[in-house]
Amino acid sequence: MQGFGGVLGEAVGLIARWDPALVEIVGLSLRVTLTSVALACLIGLPLGAVTGAFRFPGRLPLAVLLNALMGLPPVVVGLTVYLLLSASGPLGPLRLLYTPTAMIVAQTILVTPIVAALTRQVTEDLMGEYAEQFASMQVGPLDRVGALLWDARFALITVALAGFGRAVAEVGAVLIVGGNINHVTRVMTTSIALETSKGNLQLALALGVVLLGLALLVNALAMTVRLSAARAANV
Amino acid sequence: MPALRARGLVYATGGRRLVDGVDLDIAAGQCTVILGPNGAGKSLLLRLLHGLIRPSAGRVTRAGGREAMVFQRPVMLRRSVRSNLRFALGVAGFTGAARRARIDEGLQLAGLAALARRPARLLSGGEQQRLAMARALVTDPAVLFLDEPSASLDPAATLAVESLVRAARARGVTVVLVTHDAGQARRLGDRAVFLQAGRVAEAGPAAELLNAPRSAPAQAWLDGRLYVPRDTEYRDGRKD
Ligand SMILES: Nc1ncnc2c1ncn2[C@@H]1O[C@H](COP(=O)(O)OP(=O)(O)OP(=O)(O)O)[C@@H](O)[C@H]1O
Ligand SMILES: [Mg+2]
Repeated sequence: MQGFGGVLGEAVGLIARWDPALVEIVGLSLRVTLTSVALACLIGLPLGAVTGAFRFPGRLPLAVLLNALMGLPPVVVGLTVYLLLSASGPLGPLRLLYTPTAMIVAQTILVTPIVAALTRQVTEDLMGEYAEQFASMQVGPLDRVGALLWDARFALITVALAGFGRAVAEVGAVLIVGGNINHVTRVMTTSIALETSKGNLQLALALGVVLLGLALLVNALAMTVRLSAARAANV
Repeated sequence: MPALRARGLVYATGGRRLVDGVDLDIAAGQCTVILGPNGAGKSLLLRLLHGLIRPSAGRVTRAGGREAMVFQRPVMLRRSVRSNLRFALGVAGFTGAARRARIDEGLQLAGLAALARRPARLLSGGEQQRLAMARALVTDPAVLFLDEPSASLDPAATLAVESLVRAARARGVTVVLVTHDAGQARRLGDRAVFLQAGRVAEAGPAAELLNAPRSAPAQAWLDGRLYVPRDTEYRDGRKD
């Protein structure tokens, strides 16, 4: 049994020489997560902005629902997507189970409520400020949503980063629908779980270090965005 | 036909009639100043006339045309000075070269050409007020509502705003102006309305109302006294 220091040394070595297995796993993780976050933004930004910008019947229940869905347990999402995509499920013929696409679907479902709920919050606050001015100018619905999204852009970048943070570190859903198949659906979190149980601690720890680095990077970016927002008086 | 006609206008909330039965004609192409103490309901009346809030009773009929308002506390969009003008023009249907020309014109009007790229929320209070004024004017409104547009301006900027109002008025824009400045009311007003506790205490030609007010509230206001209804009127801190 190697000491922690030894394992850490070898892990850093793997990272330093761009170990192909490591690079492949990190690459797939980023591909799956970034695609999911992009899709979640595509759906969640307009959905959240519309919920924040207009008063319509059912707006409050929708807001509560979005907030509740932010805390969706990943394993439940994984299980649901699994049932939908499994051979006997309604989407079985698409043969998507155990593919990166299945993982993207699961993560999009996890991240969309986060993006939508936070976007609603941000745009609703901004709308409170703009409401009379917009009413006076007779701003149409499309212009209204567009202006809110644009004027809240700094906060919304932070929202997307939060979604990324959640998706990249998530393990339950992608494990169920991806299956952690070597060269196909192995991402950072599922590999860490598997390699640790196999005793391949160097690779597990190397992936852990990369994951930690990503978390730091995301937070540094969020901080940068906040500082630029403050400089632009966009707070 | 007046630009705006209010009949039996009431705005009540929380059991209080904040605007309490206002009948008013706003003459087209003229400048009507609305005067009255703090809390008289001037801002509410402006909102009712502009159609931003719905009256509890009564109604406003309008001759038509675009309306624009400069609020007591101007709302700056979270973008540059230039983009604030651009947005207002876009919403009003201006595009392309016409819009660009009007943006430049607005920057000149507001005296903000040098600050065009600055985030609007970083402007000083007075600069924001001028931008709000320009943002309203560039869209060529038929009716312009101004709620204390020079309350936070220095004398030079106040003169600049007043010349903007005069220029608009000369172009035939109907102006409805709330002000606490009797001098400004004299300089700009064609007609004047004095509001007290949500009611019109007096209305008429501005020169008359300001030089020879007939109503007790308007007299008290012009003398710089606090008007208190008759049975509880105080003078020099003592009850009569
Ligand atoms: N939305 C509201 N709900 C309840 N009360 C309100 C509301 N808006 C205004 N009021 C009250 O109505 C009264 C008139 O308000 P308004 O803003 O019209 O006064 P004003 O004449 O413009 O005063 P000022 O000179 O201070 O601007 C005030 O007593 C104010 O507190
Ligand atoms: Mg007011």
